[in-house]
Amino acid sequence: MSSTWAGIVFLGTLILALVLVHKPLGDYMARVLTGTRHLRVEKAVYKVGGVDADADQTWGRYLRSVLTFSAVGVLFLYVFLRLQQHFGHPYAVPQMSRSQSFNTAASFVTNTNWQSYSGENALGYVAQMVGLAVQNFLSAAVGIAVAIALVRGFARSKTDRLGNFWVDLTRICLRILLPISIVFAIIFVGAGMIENLHHYATITTVTGGSQTLPGGPVASQEAIKELGTNGGGFFNANSAHPWENPTVWTNWLEIFLLLAISFSLPRTFGTMIGDRRQGRAIVAVMAMLAILSVGLQLGAQTAHHGTVPTAVGSATEGTEARFGVPDSAIFATGTTLTSTGAVNSFHDSYTSLGGAVLLLNMMLGEVAPGGTGSGMYGILILAVITVFVAGLMVGRTPEYLGKKLGGREVKFASLYLLTTPLLVLVGTALAMALPGERAGMLNSGSHGLSEVLYAFTSAANNNGSAFAGISVNTVWYNTVLGVIMLLGRFLPIVFVLGLAGSLARQKPVPASEGTLPTHRLLFVGMLTGVTLIVVALTYFPALALGPLAEGLH
Amino acid sequence: MTLMRTLLNSFRQLAASLRMLLIFTVVLGVAYPLLITAIAQVPGLKSRADGSLIKVGGKVVGSKLIGQSFTDANGAALPQYFQSRPSAAGAGYDPTASSASNLGPESIVDTLPDPSVKGDTGKQSLLTQVCGRSLTIGKLYGVDGSRPFCTPDGVGAVLAVFYAGPGYHGAITRVVSINQSSPAAPFISTYKGVTVQLGKFGEDYAKGKVVPVRGNAPAHPAVPADAVTASGSGLDPEISPAYAKLQETSVAKTRGVTVSQVAALVAKYEKGRDLGFMGEPRVNVLQLNVALDKDYPFTKK
Repeated sequence: MSSTWAGIVFLGTLILALVLVHKPLGDYMARVLTGTRHLRVEKAVYKVGGVDADADQTWGRYLRSVLTFSAVGVLFLYVFLRLQQHFGHPYAVPQMSRSQSFNTAASFVTNTNWQSYSGENALGYVAQMVGLAVQNFLSAAVGIAVAIALVRGFARSKTDRLGNFWVDLTRICLRILLPISIVFAIIFVGAGMIENLHHYATITTVTGGSQTLPGGPVASQEAIKELGTNGGGFFNANSAHPWENPTVWTNWLEIFLLLAISFSLPRTFGTMIGDRRQGRAIVAVMAMLAILSVGLQLGAQTAHHGTVPTAVGSATEGTEARFGVPDSAIFATGTTLTSTGAVNSFHDSYTSLGGAVLLLNMMLGEVAPGGTGSGMYGILILAVITVFVAGLMVGRTPEYLGKKLGGREVKFASLYLLTTPLLVLVGTALAMALPGERAGMLNSGSHGLSEVLYAFTSAANNNGSAFAGISVNTVWYNTVLGVIMLLGRFLPIVFVLGLAGSLARQKPVPASEGTLPTHRLLFVGMLTGVTLIVVALTYFPALALGPLAEGLH
Repeated sequence: MTLMRTLLNSFRQLAASLRMLLIFTVVLGVAYPLLITAIAQVPGLKSRADGSLIKVGGKVVGSKLIGQSFTDANGAALPQYFQSRPSAAGAGYDPTASSASNLGPESIVDTLPDPSVKGDTGKQSLLTQVCGRSLTIGKLYGVDGSRPFCTPDGVGAVLAVFYAGPGYHGAITRVVSINQSSPAAPFISTYKGVTVQLGKFGEDYAKGKVVPVRGNAPAHPAVPADAVTASGSGLDPEISPAYAKLQETSVAKTRGVTVSQVAALVAKYEKGRDLGFMGEPRVNVLQLNVALDKDYPFTKK
């Protein structure tokens, strides 16, 4: 079998596995999030935490809980990182600077996992476990909780209540993320991922040279890193590192894990609103966009257009021998279509057009299928916009899932859509206007612009992957990207919960002859079209100056 | 009164958030990783959790999963060993600095070495690195090291073409082979009738149009792709079977054994695609070299 065909089969088996798992996982998540019984351990958590688990919260209250909890998370992680040198690690770790600690805290709490540090020499085991891994769970859970609150907005009527954030958070962590992580962490250890608390050991190599081997609780972090679409690597090389991704089938499992929850949530959505056809329509849009994107990516990488790839004869720069080009391209697509940002190969060295597709994936707003939860609420916002646009065309008040989309609802949806492009484009423009920041680029010319554009796109969309050549551990980049990650995460959440609140208050309008059926192929096509057109119109000029200029030159 | 209530509520909210965070920190940040670490102590898992270390004569010489260099102190390949891929991790295969090169597909223009600084190598573009490695490896194993877009002396074949008019229009006034400097010979003598000059350190070629020249090297060069490109981690433990095959004869000769003996060992450590479709065929370099030392020890002449 040729390398490309093997890659296509690899992709096919992934799709098959996701099709098989999305129903049971989606239904399970729906059961967990609609159930009325608390587990004993959960009751204990609520008691010690001092939260009222039976209070149904208004959207304002739900939002305040999300924001306070996340703010406390950022602050706690910041202080923790600033103090990490005192924790008695197996080896001496330096203190992390103020700007880098802020950047890292913002990054992990927003599910971005942008890393301006290199794990093996900037962080100790305690900071990795107690500081970062915790936020890998919590930030993923917050995303899912907000998505579920929006789904409740559609599912409920004539109420101002959207559920209880603390209960959602606790159940998602303890009943969904933790059990799956435990199972996969053990499988990963079996494959050769390390899981120890050893000192760094310097050994004498075969030729008499010396090599220092790190240790660390890697496997436990790896499982949630993918499952929670976090993506922050234990080591600098992330999932390209043989101890974070030892073999070809862990590579398959990692891609599967980072897509599993996001592709299952539409099923949860369909189940919760009592119309599974609606969930199927949403997942069809996600799948179509994803397959289109991975097809383009595989094409670009295996055709290896460009000067260096032609000289090499293959796009192997920055890829591992065991994965090869196609399986690396599939990982890269998965990680940028979700908000993961883990990498098993280095995007900066991708072909120009391959790199452009990765940028586009993130610019889509990560809705195909997107990050845990954030992909779900992202595509529902786009569905609202689509129904609105369709309504304008035929001159009717638009309605989606029995809810009228009036001025208030459309305003929230529009604000959501405007936030990220504004952050990306203004941020990139600022960086390019300042000579010092521009100098941080490793590559020159249009590839340099791609590096900066990629950084801001990655931060604003909470992805966390990078065209890693750019030097971002400066006070300016750490601070600005940190602020952008926070705004890119929490402004949209404000608008989503605001929308959820105003939807829940309405009483449902019965479907009439003029109602646009949102479970049919027509709507699937329209939603896909709107998603692509919105992105194309927003980002085309920036893309034209960066990767397109490079690829066409 | 309402202000008091709001303040009190905010405080309650903050306190609850902090308590919940601490509970989750204990459960997810302490108990969970320690549980996995404890489970990893089970025989069968433990050796893997500890890093899949390889021992020779009771001493650890490396990890099966972490590549290492098989070069002398100057970085030249030791011919008795199979060579790993190029590495961008620190000075090469440094696990405390895992990294890719992060150089882009159009990284083709070098910064030339400063002749006034002794030993300065300038800053090589990715293209020149690829060309240089291909040439060296080709020489080492007696095959053609040429590649598309590479000069015969192993740097990127790239011209800066200057035009009389703006926008790269009008007559060509000057052509420079920007990655080559004295005492090299330009890889082509003329370009569209204009004599090609050599690059000089410190000269600004930004006004010229950058033109990479394909040349007539074969599209599928004799030196395999993985041999001339750095991996993502810089710690890649494996090479392609094609790169292993290229090295067999030289290794066998240096060790004074037959090529088929070495080829048999390579075959032993060669892995195909898992389940026939996952990943790529590959050979673990450290395992292979350790086995070579055991079966066919190398004695210095």
